[in-house]
Amino acid sequence: MGRKLLTENINVPGIQSLSVYRQQGGYETLKKALGMTSDAIVEEVKKSGLRGRGGAGFPTGMKWSFLAKPEGVPRHLVCNADESEPGTFKDRYMMERIPHLLIEGMAIGSFALGAHSSYIYIRGEMMYVFHILQRAIDEAYEAGLLGKNIMGSGYDFDLYVHCGAGAYICGEETALIESLEGKRGNPRIKPPFPAIKGLWERPTVVNNVESIMAVVPIIKMGGDEYAKIGIGKSTGTKLISACGHINKPGVYEIELGVPVEEFIYSDEYCGGIRNGKELKAVVAGGSSVPVLPKDLILKLANGEPRLMSYESLSEGGFATGTMLGSGGFIVMDEDTSIVKNLWTFTRFYHHESCGQCSPCREGTGWMEKLLHKILDGHGTLSDVDLLWEIQSKIEGKTICPLGDAAAWPVASAIRHFRHEFEEYVKNPQNIKKDHHYYRVNNISPEFA
Amino acid sequence: MSADKEIKFSDDAYALVQKIIKRYPEGKQKSALIPVLHVAQAEFNGWLSAPVMDYVASLLNITSIEVYEVASFYTMFNLKPVGKCVIEVCRTGPCWLMGAEDLVKYLEKKLDIKEGQTTADGMFTLKTAECLASCGTAPMMQIGEKYHENLTLNKVDQILDECRATVIEPISHWSKKEIKA
Amino acid sequence: MPKVTIDGHSIEVPEGTTILQAARMIGGDIVPPAMCYYSKLKTSGGYCRTCIVKVTKGSEKDPRPMPKPVASCRTTVMDGMEVQNTTAPDLLDARKGVVEFLLINHPLDCPICDQAGECHLQDLSYQHGLAKSRYEFKRREFEKIDIGDKIKLHMTRCILCYRCVKVADQVCDSRVHGVINRGDVAEISTYIEKALDSDFSGNVIDVCPVGALTDRTFRFKSRVWFTKPVDAHRNCTKCCGKTVLWMSGDDVLRVSARKDKYGEVEDWICNECRFEKKSASDWTIEGPRHIDRTSVISANHYEKKKALKIDVSNQSKIEERAHNPK
Repeated sequence: MGRKLLTENINVPGIQSLSVYRQQGGYETLKKALGMTSDAIVEEVKKSGLRGRGGAGFPTGMKWSFLAKPEGVPRHLVCNADESEPGTFKDRYMMERIPHLLIEGMAIGSFALGAHSSYIYIRGEMMYVFHILQRAIDEAYEAGLLGKNIMGSGYDFDLYVHCGAGAYICGEETALIESLEGKRGNPRIKPPFPAIKGLWERPTVVNNVESIMAVVPIIKMGGDEYAKIGIGKSTGTKLISACGHINKPGVYEIELGVPVEEFIYSDEYCGGIRNGKELKAVVAGGSSVPVLPKDLILKLANGEPRLMSYESLSEGGFATGTMLGSGGFIVMDEDTSIVKNLWTFTRFYHHESCGQCSPCREGTGWMEKLLHKILDGHGTLSDVDLLWEIQSKIEGKTICPLGDAAAWPVASAIRHFRHEFEEYVKNPQNIKKDHHYYRVNNISPEFA
Repeated sequence: MSADKEIKFSDDAYALVQKIIKRYPEGKQKSALIPVLHVAQAEFNGWLSAPVMDYVASLLNITSIEVYEVASFYTMFNLKPVGKCVIEVCRTGPCWLMGAEDLVKYLEKKLDIKEGQTTADGMFTLKTAECLASCGTAPMMQIGEKYHENLTLNKVDQILDECRATVIEPISHWSKKEIKA
Repeated sequence: MPKVTIDGHSIEVPEGTTILQAARMIGGDIVPPAMCYYSKLKTSGGYCRTCIVKVTKGSEKDPRPMPKPVASCRTTVMDGMEVQNTTAPDLLDARKGVVEFLLINHPLDCPICDQAGECHLQDLSYQHGLAKSRYEFKRREFEKIDIGDKIKLHMTRCILCYRCVKVADQVCDSRVHGVINRGDVAEISTYIEKALDSDFSGNVIDVCPVGALTDRTFRFKSRVWFTKPVDAHRNCTKCCGKTVLWMSGDDVLRVSARKDKYGEVEDWICNECRFEKKSASDWTIEGPRHIDRTSVISANHYEKKKALKIDVSNQSKIEERAHNPK
């Protein structure tokens, strides 16, 4: 069993409440942090090797140290709780079950950054979680853990929850800031970066929920100790959201470095492929990252086992590798149509494109239409080539990473499953209705 | 909503709006726009008419076009009237892998409407949504604030019956109950 | 002052200059095309991606190349930076892709579009486009809207450059239009029927790079290349009063601001000058307007009529090639 740093107490009854959270040692780390200097906290986070858990994997300590600190200008820590990457549901799971861990992390982080008011930006659809967080914040205020002079330290800190209203793009940090300013979620053109000019043109750090939560055990145990967990530059634990055709979907906290094969097949984690089927493919880090066929997700190109870590998953580049991303682990069994699954992803990016820059605005819709044509049995081989060409013309040409996120799934599906596209094109009569999509459990015969 | 009826928040909602505005620094009240639109949608029958948006603009001291731009960007804001229960079925990859497409078809047949439509009795609006971060409990749908997860067709039947039986607090993700609290 | 090299041409520029501005200072073919950037409008640019360039050397201090093409209109020059535009085939290919994206939903209704002849998208597609569209699906359509009695909005032609939104924010006293909806159904709109009635709202017509916003007082009056542009001025209490009159005989068909070779206005003009002063007697005519722009309208250099010269030797070469294809 791997060590659990974030989910250790997740099953303690009543852990949602402040009293139970405190009984389990909650807010003791905040107390410790308030006795440290802010630089010392940043230093511990740097030493821990913690990398941004939202998807990009940028070292959190380094991000914190880039924050501009001009005299007399307030600065902010903003928590990115806009979790919307298909396949990812860890942040919702955590905030719903143990909201005070996030609040404690926000207080520590804000103290380290010298921020006196901070915001949690939660996606609007999770309104019920918004209310859970709001109640937890209210409790924390009443207990003197937030507000003026928290825990008698002399540090004033206000924490607010802000809700979005349905836009994947607001998970991009500058779009999130725009949205928090009451505007359309259009990503900003960088520079300036948020660390210099972010929320209301003030220096701002935006961190994912899990990154902020991870700060609590890091300060508790010390950065060096945290860095001992994991493998190489992938330190600590990571929450993996596992879904798709597995026996045990759910959120798993793993020590980075667990072999992918173990993660999929062991009973401690996914428990193998459901209904006794064979594994076909995995999208390992949320819908944006390249899909890999069974042989490449389980093993590297050289035959060594692939591990659940930033480095091992991206080993081989996009030719044979993928990315850890947000840890949204989507498993597909042998019956899955890669083309149709890809179409749902492409439809997603088309739907979520903000429309600001032309390659993404126009290209995502074009790809969706082409995929639909192929699925309908009207595709040609040149459509597959055109699809490849369109994704290459989007990738790297857009304002924000949504363009890349839309391009990579298409590129990887064609790269590894071109034969499947060709099958749709060459033998449209073979496109079986039920090969297209999955049946809901216990479906009545009328719909089967 | 009749055209001549004055558009005005209830006292509870107005108090909540003032509380929300205070979360942001002086002069940055535009930041309250999205949360206030949620409250407005809950207050005014689950959708945002142009007069409602103009009212929100006046409360926040911003122009109407700033509100239209924002309201039309985010999928949760309904710019047309909706039924009492808005059913949003997640359709993205992970839910599709678990049968979301069946679920939509089933609901379409059962409610005798197409996706995006409202039943004749004004009870249900059926929508599809992009990933709602519930992939491990797929397939799923959201009604109001509530997530209904690990759905089977039997469960769907039950949920629809419950919706019909209870007078669902309107339609919006932000329920009236929460406004009063 | 930082020094930048673009396609082999070096120039020293003031701190904070963008690559595009530096390229315009050098001038000539190396200037990247721009559809959304507008030097007179703050925060413009970055959206259309036509001005992308390849940065092969970041700066003297950090010589690493930039990993992706960058929008030259929004990227500031660093000392020692080296940039490729026309000399990088992969970059030109990428730009071709951008142009294709801009065109897939464009109606290509140039034969009935008032902007034809002075349209930047038309020029761009001649220079960088494919001869044939690879897009086979139904193109996006919107209703034509009158936003007030003087301006027509053909959203179908719009490329979402945001220039008209920025004009309303920065030049007019209020803004009633904006971008609503999102993704590929985003549109310029007033949402509910409203007129753009600010004194300077007509400038949205001049900044529009395509035929999405056109002058209703000029609508279908003439193809622009059949008109004669003259510089003119009048004493105006609201604006500079310096305009171009687009004339046919003694009739003033259209009044616009004066534009430079990048199609940018030299000075904003008011609606009174633009829409109300349609008689030659309202104006002091200065003389023919020189159009310094690579476009159909500059073919009409009537101010210096040149004798039509036919290069016979070249003509025979072409015929020879036609008869003896390899």
